[in-house]
Amino acid sequence: MEALPKWADAVLVPLISIVIAFAISALVILAIGENPLEAMRLMVEGAIASTYGWGYTLFYATNFIFTGLAVAVAFHAGLFNIGGEGQATLGGLGVALVLLNVAWPHWTVALAAAVLGAMAFGALWALVPAWLQAKRGSHIVITTIMFNFIAAALLNYLLVNVLKPAGQMDPATARFAAATVVPKLAHILGAVGIPFNPRTPANIALVLALVAAFLVWILLWHTRLGYQVRAFGKSEPAARYAGISPVRITLWAMLISGGLAGLMTVNTVMGEAQRLVMNVSEGAGFIGIAVALMGRSHPVGVVLAALLFGFLYQGGAELEFWTSITRELIVVIQALVILFTGALDEMVRAPLARLFVAIRGRR
Amino acid sequence: MEAGRATSGPGGRPDTAAPAIELRGISKAFGPVQANRAISVRVARGTIHGIVGENGAGKSTLMSILYGFYRADEGEILINGARVAIPDSEAAIRAGIGMVFQHFKLVENFTVLENIILGAEEGRLLAPSLARAREELARLARDYELQVEPDAVIEELSVGHQQRVEILKALYRKADILILDEPTGVLTPAEADHLFRILANLRAEGKTIVLITHKLREIMAATDSVSVMRRGEMVATLRTADTSPEELAELMVGRKVLLEVEKAPATPGRPVLEIDDLRVTDRKGVERLKGISLAVRAGEILGIAGVAGNGQSELLEVLGGYARGRGRVRMNGAEIDLSGRHADGQTRRAAGIAHVPEDRQRLGLIMDFAAWENIAFGYHHDSLYQRGALLMDNRRIREDARGKLGRFDVRPPDPWLAAKRFSGGNQQKLVLAREIERSPDLLLVGQPTRGVDIGAIEFIHRRLIALRDAGKAILLVSVELDEILSLADRIAVMFDGRIMGERLPEATDERELGLMMAGVVPGAEREAG
Amino acid sequence: MDYAAILSILEGAIRLATPLLFACLAGLFSERAGVFDIGLEGKMLAAAFASATLAAVSGSAWVGLAAGVGASLVLAAVHGVASITFRGNQLIAGVAINFLAAGLTVLVAQDVFALGGRTPALTGAARFQSIALPFAETAATIPVVGPFYARVISGHALLVYVAALAVPATWWILFRTRFGLRLRAVGENPAAVDTAGVSVTGLRFAAVMICGFLCGLAGVYLATALGAGFVKDMSGGRGFIALAALIFAKWRPWPAMGATMLFGFLQAVATRYPRLDLGVVVVPSQFIDALPYILTVVILAGFVGKAIPPRAGGIPYVKER
Repeated sequence: MEALPKWADAVLVPLISIVIAFAISALVILAIGENPLEAMRLMVEGAIASTYGWGYTLFYATNFIFTGLAVAVAFHAGLFNIGGEGQATLGGLGVALVLLNVAWPHWTVALAAAVLGAMAFGALWALVPAWLQAKRGSHIVITTIMFNFIAAALLNYLLVNVLKPAGQMDPATARFAAATVVPKLAHILGAVGIPFNPRTPANIALVLALVAAFLVWILLWHTRLGYQVRAFGKSEPAARYAGISPVRITLWAMLISGGLAGLMTVNTVMGEAQRLVMNVSEGAGFIGIAVALMGRSHPVGVVLAALLFGFLYQGGAELEFWTSITRELIVVIQALVILFTGALDEMVRAPLARLFVAIRGRR
Repeated sequence: MEAGRATSGPGGRPDTAAPAIELRGISKAFGPVQANRAISVRVARGTIHGIVGENGAGKSTLMSILYGFYRADEGEILINGARVAIPDSEAAIRAGIGMVFQHFKLVENFTVLENIILGAEEGRLLAPSLARAREELARLARDYELQVEPDAVIEELSVGHQQRVEILKALYRKADILILDEPTGVLTPAEADHLFRILANLRAEGKTIVLITHKLREIMAATDSVSVMRRGEMVATLRTADTSPEELAELMVGRKVLLEVEKAPATPGRPVLEIDDLRVTDRKGVERLKGISLAVRAGEILGIAGVAGNGQSELLEVLGGYARGRGRVRMNGAEIDLSGRHADGQTRRAAGIAHVPEDRQRLGLIMDFAAWENIAFGYHHDSLYQRGALLMDNRRIREDARGKLGRFDVRPPDPWLAAKRFSGGNQQKLVLAREIERSPDLLLVGQPTRGVDIGAIEFIHRRLIALRDAGKAILLVSVELDEILSLADRIAVMFDGRIMGERLPEATDERELGLMMAGVVPGAEREAG
Repeated sequence: MDYAAILSILEGAIRLATPLLFACLAGLFSERAGVFDIGLEGKMLAAAFASATLAAVSGSAWVGLAAGVGASLVLAAVHGVASITFRGNQLIAGVAINFLAAGLTVLVAQDVFALGGRTPALTGAARFQSIALPFAETAATIPVVGPFYARVISGHALLVYVAALAVPATWWILFRTRFGLRLRAVGENPAAVDTAGVSVTGLRFAAVMICGFLCGLAGVYLATALGAGFVKDMSGGRGFIALAALIFAKWRPWPAMGATMLFGFLQAVATRYPRLDLGVVVVPSQFIDALPYILTVVILAGFVGKAIPPRAGGIPYVKER
């Protein structure tokens, strides 16, 4: 393993894994009688050839940046937070409660309040599994999965029985006040003279996501807490030697992770839907796993991977429109990315390491 | 010197039959570490053969190869004169070899019977196997004093009984050769005596026994012949009757190039660390420190000698704040918390205790972190390293690291290099730079030169002396006797969780210390309990 | 609530518990051997799809069964290769398998049938029909016990009875055979198995494949007996409920049956009474839906009898240095 240079481990291994994942996806497309190259062309056309496509691509990418960062922060602490779905669900609830119960004078204050609400609720939903892991040794993977389902049931109950306005049929909250509508990406870009299609849901939350990525980078590599999180994630015995408390770090890492997962709803609930509906997270919590694995848990990698998945998501929707390939193709690609970058890592790394040894030997 | 002394004697019997075990030129490397180097040895049938050596001498690796747990890189194995290949444990069992590992390989929530038949069942159903094992167990218990309750669950048994189960497992598989790796390390003296009676019974039945140990008393009491290993090599094979503990101690430790350390006589001042009746109990409920009392004064190095596993690690852990203990420990006159909320590494560092842990790769460093990040490890709260309330001043840390790396001659002096990419010696210098440059009132040092090349050893020793001369207290734990002898101003020998006694380096020698490390106090004729 | 209603709920409980029971026993084999499996859901889903497809094409439920089990076994093999051969992260491999199944099933279903990700409805011999047990008609006249036998016990698809028999079979294999002893041992202490001369890899692969087989039956039952064809995401979290049941049952076969019956019962109640009026309080169906998960967290927290998983679970076996 030591034979592999740092750059190869950080870039080459994930890159090869992704190439394998995409090659298999291409075979899948072939197997169902479609042309992979044609499919690729359609996806590019639909996702990044127009500002309309870009609008959707960036909208999805915003979600994935948040959930990818959430998974990445937990990974750095050696924790596998598979509960992004539930934390995002609660985050959405936080956003809705904040926006429905206070008459906000201006979208800026509303946005700040929604951010706090989303983070607080998401973090709180992560806190229980974190506490159980740190204090009672309950496996965090299982508890966060269970909390996903509990969150779904809770939201379902609240929407149907509590939050749904009288006389409305579909389980959703009332629409938020007009004052809480945040600027769309088209407006922001328009202000600096860049023409952008206004009929897309991309909004100011994208900026928020990029800020979050930057702050996570600061947190992990420039703060004491981040230092301790990374040390604890690498070696618990060493962390104990250094006087780093495993309980404290587990709680903090999961609070931040849950808060980040919750934040994605500022994009979907506040930025797009303007009301809380069922299934807020739309699977983005799970895509965060693929994004974090592919991005090697680094904020820059997460942003790039989120963009790729945003592209796949929007491209997949186009593909479904024009061919018999459904958008579930994206789920397949996502699965293969997780499989090859997360679980079959060694399959790629071991032969690569041997190759490097062989090359060096010849020199 | 009598003829044949250097080869394995057959333990009083005529040397006609082929040896039960013969190893020829066995070598094994783990990465860059050569654990066994061209080892050859013969063990006669029906004897008890001891293998002694310091920790890390390669004893366990050699026996794991014989049992098929590891594969040798080179060499061959002959059992009863016939060459055999032992690629896995199944082959070893077929060749009639059984092994009792130092860490038992038992399924803890299975019963004794289930553990015994595991892998040696007869047929697909359990019932007949269990019934036969029950009968066989009764017979073995009668023949060899190996009583255990067949339906007891392993985790409810004492360690001594668990070990019996391991022996029974081997005998149930019709082993003719039984290897025991440090079998008495976890036993009480009474249990150990019982074990040796069992081994004697087995020998009487014609079984061949290989006993790996570092306790010379056991070798002298129980074996017919003995091999000494040192640093991966077999340095001698002797008849036990022809040798003495003194000779074995000398062979074990070896006449290493004695490193001259220039040092002036110590001028000890006030006591810095005072330990009174310190006890540590591990997770399994075994008492690891059985009432330690020590004092380390300013301007002196107290060396703790002892074979690894006699409580030194636990002593460092509890003083370092990452294990819990009972008793009273005072640092600069103030009592420190051994088991409460303030029993942690940060509080200890704040009290002026720095710590170079025994296992630098597992504890002392984050191997994936860059050197500069490791320089802040444990001191990440240092105000020098902060920028404002939230941020760490990485540039400052890197500057600090660059200076420390330079002053401690860490090569390459590159603060960006990950710790895992430094050699062992340079990793150790990295840890020492971090801890010593803090100028702590007390430095805890474990195995400062383990896996470190000669040049670095000298450097490290000089730095420790310099710290002492600056009036600081140092508690040095090492299994290297010559290191203790050349560095320490006072030597305490640990055995079985206790202090066997204190000696001044100028008034003792390796022989005396070696005996004390083996649980024998010369002159006093006292044995450690 | 009258007796007929109770019988109806119990009958529903058995039907709904069956896929949970298969999946729970599947997880039991895998996790008892030390391989964590959060991919039960995916294997079940893949099996449901494959069985529905082949049953629709061939018109035979049995062909569907073979296909469903086959699909699940393929995914189990992927899990084995990733987590045993390449010592990868078992949890991540499980997550990947869930998504792989969720994506591939719909993708292929749309390609083959173009029905929006579902298969055609299965009828007749393409489904496993209900079986009337002997004397069900006659016994129905006996008060209390008779209707229970006729309405609750009798009249299920073959796979329901197979699932019920799988419980004692699992118990017997686990606790009465050589294979079971070794399987349990490898999940507790693989080094003990290795030094006893038995292959850790072989045992773990066997366990993972048995898990695949049983997950396959769970999926086949979903598509060809409980339902009539494949619908997108039709496993609906059952793999995770089964996982919860496994923890609830503390990795033991008989309690696994009890736990899955309890969870099946909860599902049946939630289906029948969206708002369960207990007099003092009205219990919303969402609460009953979430109850299995809440109970599992409580159990995991160790407040009510600690659930201790197999000790070597989740850790790839590497010989120690």
